[in-house]
Amino acid sequence: MSIHEEDVLGKAYDARLMRRLITYLRPYKPEVVLATAAIIGHSALELAPPFLVKLVIDRYIPARDAGGLSLIAVVYLAVLLGSFALDYVQTWLLQLTGQRIMFDMRMQIYEHLQRLDLKFYDRNPVGRLMTRVTTDVDVLNDLFTSGVVSVFGDVFTLVGIMVMMIWIDWRLAIVAFSVLPLIWLVTQWFRRNVRESYRTVRIWIARINAYLQERITGMATVQLFRREARDFAEFDRIDRTYRDANVQSIFYYAVFYPAIELISAIAAALIIWFGGGWVMMGALTLGSLVASLQYSSRFFRPISDMSEKFNVLQGAMASSERIFQLLDTEVEIVSGSGMRDAGSERHGSRIPDPRSRLGRIAFENVTFAYVPGEPVLRNVSFTVDPGQRVALVGATGSGKTTIVSLLLRFYDVQQGRITIGGVDVRDMDVHELRSMFGLVLQDVHLFSGTIGGNVRLGNESIDEAAVRRAVDAVHAGPFIDRLPQGLDTPVAERGATLSVGQKQLLSFARALAFDPPVLVLDEATSSVDTETELLIRDALKVVMRGRTTIAIAHRLSTIQDMDRILVLHKGELREAGTHQELLAQRGIYHRLYQLQFKDRELVNSR
Amino acid sequence: MWRYRSAFLAGFLCIVATTALTLAGPWVLKYAIDDLTRGVTAAKLRFYAGAILGLTAVGGIFRFLQRRIMIGASRDIEFDLRNDFFARLQLFEPAYFHRNRTGDLMSRATNDLNAVRMMIGPAVMYLSNTVLTFIAVIVLMLSLNVRLTLLSLIPLPILSVAVYFFGAAIHRRFDKIQEQLSTISAVTQEALAGVRVVRAYRQERFETGRFREANTEYVRRNRTLIRVQGAFFPIMGLLMGIGALLVLWLGAQDVINGRMTVGELVAFNSYLMMLAWPMIAFGWVTNLLQRGAASWKRMLEVLAAEPAITDAGANTDVTSRDQIRGDVEFRELTFSYGGTVVLRNISAKLPAGTTTAIVGATGSGKSTLLNLLPRLNDPPPGTVFVDGIDVRDLPLAAVRGAIGFVPQEPFLFSATIADNIAFGVADGAREDIERAAHIARLDKDLSDFPKGYDTVVGERGITLSGGQKQRTAIARAVMTDPKILVLDDALSAVDTYTEEEILSRLSGVMRSRTTIIVSHRISTVRTADQILVLDDGAIVERGTHDELVARHGLYAELYRKQLLEEELAAS
Repeated sequence: MSIHEEDVLGKAYDARLMRRLITYLRPYKPEVVLATAAIIGHSALELAPPFLVKLVIDRYIPARDAGGLSLIAVVYLAVLLGSFALDYVQTWLLQLTGQRIMFDMRMQIYEHLQRLDLKFYDRNPVGRLMTRVTTDVDVLNDLFTSGVVSVFGDVFTLVGIMVMMIWIDWRLAIVAFSVLPLIWLVTQWFRRNVRESYRTVRIWIARINAYLQERITGMATVQLFRREARDFAEFDRIDRTYRDANVQSIFYYAVFYPAIELISAIAAALIIWFGGGWVMMGALTLGSLVASLQYSSRFFRPISDMSEKFNVLQGAMASSERIFQLLDTEVEIVSGSGMRDAGSERHGSRIPDPRSRLGRIAFENVTFAYVPGEPVLRNVSFTVDPGQRVALVGATGSGKTTIVSLLLRFYDVQQGRITIGGVDVRDMDVHELRSMFGLVLQDVHLFSGTIGGNVRLGNESIDEAAVRRAVDAVHAGPFIDRLPQGLDTPVAERGATLSVGQKQLLSFARALAFDPPVLVLDEATSSVDTETELLIRDALKVVMRGRTTIAIAHRLSTIQDMDRILVLHKGELREAGTHQELLAQRGIYHRLYQLQFKDRELVNSR
Repeated sequence: MWRYRSAFLAGFLCIVATTALTLAGPWVLKYAIDDLTRGVTAAKLRFYAGAILGLTAVGGIFRFLQRRIMIGASRDIEFDLRNDFFARLQLFEPAYFHRNRTGDLMSRATNDLNAVRMMIGPAVMYLSNTVLTFIAVIVLMLSLNVRLTLLSLIPLPILSVAVYFFGAAIHRRFDKIQEQLSTISAVTQEALAGVRVVRAYRQERFETGRFREANTEYVRRNRTLIRVQGAFFPIMGLLMGIGALLVLWLGAQDVINGRMTVGELVAFNSYLMMLAWPMIAFGWVTNLLQRGAASWKRMLEVLAAEPAITDAGANTDVTSRDQIRGDVEFRELTFSYGGTVVLRNISAKLPAGTTTAIVGATGSGKSTLLNLLPRLNDPPPGTVFVDGIDVRDLPLAAVRGAIGFVPQEPFLFSATIADNIAFGVADGAREDIERAAHIARLDKDLSDFPKGYDTVVGERGITLSGGQKQRTAIARAVMTDPKILVLDDALSAVDTYTEEEILSRLSGVMRSRTTIIVSHRISTVRTADQILVLDDGAIVERGTHDELVARHGLYAELYRKQLLEEELAAS
């Protein structure tokens, strides 16, 4: 997926994105200032050796001054050590700051992800979001590690060299710098062409990858229709174009480096020609000539480096654009103003007993659509009184799960309203609202960590004893005790080592430990063995005891115990009543019952 | 790679030439400066300046050729390897793609291939360059001043040891960082995939805390890397600098003592500077070579893997699909998949020109049975026959060519609808495509699309509904004019009315051919010549619709339930 996104390439430099990226430097002003100072200091010290060479040749060799030479050696050593220290400090500080900024950025993205609406998650697959947190941030880090940031160090070096050359002999400097327009022409030519060819190369590699991915996924179809030869021809064509684009870009590099070297040689030749003449006339010292030669050779190194850093910059711009796009996605579901003071700063279990706030839950003419124009719920109204047990039944796609999602405000209703104790859920604090419910989903999601940790989650107020009580109450105790480390046994990836039934029991224990006033249950449809089925049925009774319950029911036992059954059909509430009443009506429920539950009843009654 | 030996030879010669010409530069400088100290004519100066220019220009041409030839060859090899890789993938059976995830194969075709290319291109080029330069420079330095060479090379062994030590230390730390990065990914994946639980149990801050922990550890590990890696280049600079310092200090004394000229000193200094790059490049190249070798091994795992389903057993006169009539037979077929028995003792005759329907619950083995026919999985010998010949003895092209296969979840390619329909024929005429679309009842839908048959589907185009996809797949199968048509629950997303229309149009086309239909809908299968009821991998009932209803078995129960469902849908 990220491969396809690469298809769209932005500009190499975007002032707007850059300005925003620079704001991340702000907390690290001292480090940045220090690193800049170190870069400048290092650049300055790097200028010293050719000058020392000049001193040796002009002063100490003609004077046959061995003592002076030793002095120069000492100075040279001092320069080397200083340069080493500054270089290390500079690299270390920059990369460290880079890491801290990446840390901040990851946290910011992650925290934003924790707030973004479920709607956003519906649109963006988890894999794509992971790329934002990991790969995209790492690409930005390349700005620091591959030295794009140190480009401005190169600029200091260039300026320093120019200053030194002018200082040593301004005429020679002018002679040497006369090649600068040539450099400018060559780099311009190179940059323009490489940018274009880089784009072409990226487009074709994206096509190759897209084609490859598609053919691998659809290989059975390819083989069934004996398309192999024709597909290969097509792949060969794309692959060939990609190769040719690469060869084209090799051409630019192959011309660029020698060209820069040639220009450097022109500068050297000019220095020897003019400078040599002046040396013979006595207008220039030999040392100055040698120093100028050394300076001019150092001048060209950073220039050929800069072109390499161009690609990194381009990648970083594309990544930051994607990251900012995510950060700019607005959160729609936020705590209402009505009760904000009560709980906005509180979190999880620290909210005062939610039972005190619980009143009648009411859906009032609720209409909702995930996709505009395709409503999943139409004008649904019902109430659930405290302590009542309500079952939602209906065929797949009838809107049962949506009702649960709306109740927990994973989504907001489009028409009508949902109230609890007369207060619109949109006016409540989101955390406080959700603290009223214990959600048990069909597909039990386990986190890495221990069995106990999966019951308690991050709630510190649930201690070891409470976990134990919850686990025992839902009959999960025996199987947990059989595990090597009991409650402290690590859970394998997504609970791979646990059976479906065991995971179910754990999720009941989780709901029980949190002790919510309302239990919201999406019963699992997957079949388990009879023994586990009985355990689950009994555990469910324990969890429901003394709690308002809203259950999406698939099991007969659950339904028959319920105070009321709501029958949803094609997004509308069609029937409501007890099991016996609804059966007597001989309506939708009656048919659903025969269809869905007949087999089970037969099995159970045996 | 052997194919490119001449390219590599030419490239190598270019490298030799480049190195020689580059090294000649300081030598010219030596003469120039020595002449300057002694006095020189303007003409001679011009000659030196010209020589430097000439050497660089010719050197530049070779440098250009070297890059062009060697890197170009590496791109050619990459091209060949990628094609070979793709061609090999085309030979593998579906089970191979279940064992090897797409992402993993993609990574081999991209990251690993790139590492291999870096090994045979840049790494080889820089390695030759480095070794040549290194040897030549040391020889030249020795010829200038033996004592000074030995002294200035003192830091060199230290440098090599440093490169080795740093390389190992950096590698270790880098591995730990990668490890932590996967932890970060795992933590993120878990919290994002379980977003509903996280929200419902208000674990946002807890999860953020867990992420912060992983993120902090990541930064900590990176810091240990930075501490080491940050020292790498400064230490390189320091050691090379000490060499230069020794040259300047001791060399100048030699000049004073008359053991050396100033020109020689300057040339010597230039050569020493030329050593810096090879030393640094050596570590980098070693890294490229190591990674390339590891990646090559991973690519070989695919390139050298043997496909399980091949034409190796083909030994009949039947060579093309046109020779196939379409009689199908299963004979005491028992088939296991991954240790569990999926099909038990299946025997059935499906004569050419008849329609056979297969019904049964999910997991009863219907799809497995159908997949054996075109050998998407290989049946045991002597169990599945077409025209009385074991399918394993038929060429894959013949048997697959004779079958039009429509899977339940058809895979369409990112191409136009016309291209998708004509997927199985070399050059589909427009009227044939339109006829196939008509049979599959896709023509009406297409007339609603602005671009009609040229509408692009898939990732870059529009998303078809499930029913539209299924009907496109039916048109795709019909287009190949199959002798045997297999519909694996291929109408599940199509409404019953349209389904009936499609079936009646199909029956016209398939009059003299074999049709196999898997379906959950009784309405689909009731007109079949024979119905096979599968349960847990075995045929438990067989007969016509009326016979089976009269038996009051599994089929009759299914029939009763569906009548109820229809009523429900109508209410």
